[in-house]
Amino acid sequence: MIDFAAFLNSLPIMGKGMLGIFIVTGVIILTVYLLNYFTNKTKKED
Amino acid sequence: MGVLLETIQTLQIGQVAMWIIGGILIYLAIKKDMEPTLLLPMGFGAILVNLPESGAKAVIDRLFEIGVENNELMPLILFIGIGAMIDFEPLLTNPKLMIFGAAAQFGIFFTLSLASLFGFELHDAASIAIIGAADGPTSIFVAQQLNSNYVAAIMVAAYSYMALVPIVQPPIIKLCTTKKERMIRMKNVNRKVSKTTKILFPIVVTIIVGLVAPDAVALIGFLMFGNLIRECGVLNSLSETAQNVLANLITIFLGITIASRMVAAEFLQFETLLIMGLGLVAFIFDTFAGVMLAKIINIFSKEKINPMIGATGISAFPMSARVVHKMGREEDPQNFLLMHAIGVNVSGQIASVIAGGLILAFVA
Repeated sequence: MIDFAAFLNSLPIMGKGMLGIFIVTGVIILTVYLLNYFTNKTKKED
Repeated sequence: MGVLLETIQTLQIGQVAMWIIGGILIYLAIKKDMEPTLLLPMGFGAILVNLPESGAKAVIDRLFEIGVENNELMPLILFIGIGAMIDFEPLLTNPKLMIFGAAAQFGIFFTLSLASLFGFELHDAASIAIIGAADGPTSIFVAQQLNSNYVAAIMVAAYSYMALVPIVQPPIIKLCTTKKERMIRMKNVNRKVSKTTKILFPIVVTIIVGLVAPDAVALIGFLMFGNLIRECGVLNSLSETAQNVLANLITIFLGITIASRMVAAEFLQFETLLIMGLGLVAFIFDTFAGVMLAKIINIFSKEKINPMIGATGISAFPMSARVVHKMGREEDPQNFLLMHAIGVNVSGQIASVIAGGLILAFVA
């Protein structure tokens, strides 16, 4: 029932998954800041 | 009379047990108001497919084949409705809150490892783990894509725990925080979000997630398509239809369709109980991780964050945000956390889809 080897094999997925999700989220956050910056700037110029 | 006796003779104890389970789901839906839109059709469907020699089974199986098995049509179409319902403005006003949405997906990956430890095959472990996404359509999509043997149990767990957010989250949040932390007030960010940003956001997110996790592009794409319909300003009638009629129509069929996998022989297994337990673990660790990240940030940051909002990074929207807002008011009646909590909560919706896509990329 308990499969310690499978548990150890799954740990890299946990690491890669969390790293991946933080990277993608970081990119989205940065993009939103850029969108806010440029679209508000355009509005002010108008 | 003869037919009745014959039918009763073919009745199995497992089928009766499924009637009881179906009855419990209907009771929870009606009396406890727990995700009634899904638990009620699932409960009724569970009774329907477990009648001896049920003539409805073939019809529901066909619905499952068309709506779920083939390209996960129903959960995807439902996502258009969900996308049309979500207002991303609180997130766009304060984008850094999105980091909590990412942190709160930890329960998914932790549960994947835990399910592997309990002997589930990797594809089943990953499907079970996605219960922690706190998002029904994502759970169905991933479990189906990974060809899991436990789709029904996963669905029951996912929707039950989503409904149980007000019961599951508060004790975990209280365990991880002090009263002083729960009383932290957060400044409102009064940044204006332009219409252009609101329109570009769903398009840009679809492209980013599509490039990183192509397997999840259908999920994020349909969610963001719904949101684009909402935000574009020229499709108000379509937006309303997506939010109400479309979402309701799909929900009616989705619940009863999932019930096709609630046949006694498949559902009444020890693994179902284990999946329910693992689903709870996923929710607990999602909550824990979100709160802990906020506490860690508070060590380094001058402007303190109320750590409770980290817990709303799960995508049970808007229930989780409401729970945290209420908890904040209980500690300090003048504290208004709702907008911050909603911002994190909608980011959890996006993060859970990304997590689903990454799981598919790693496991499929």
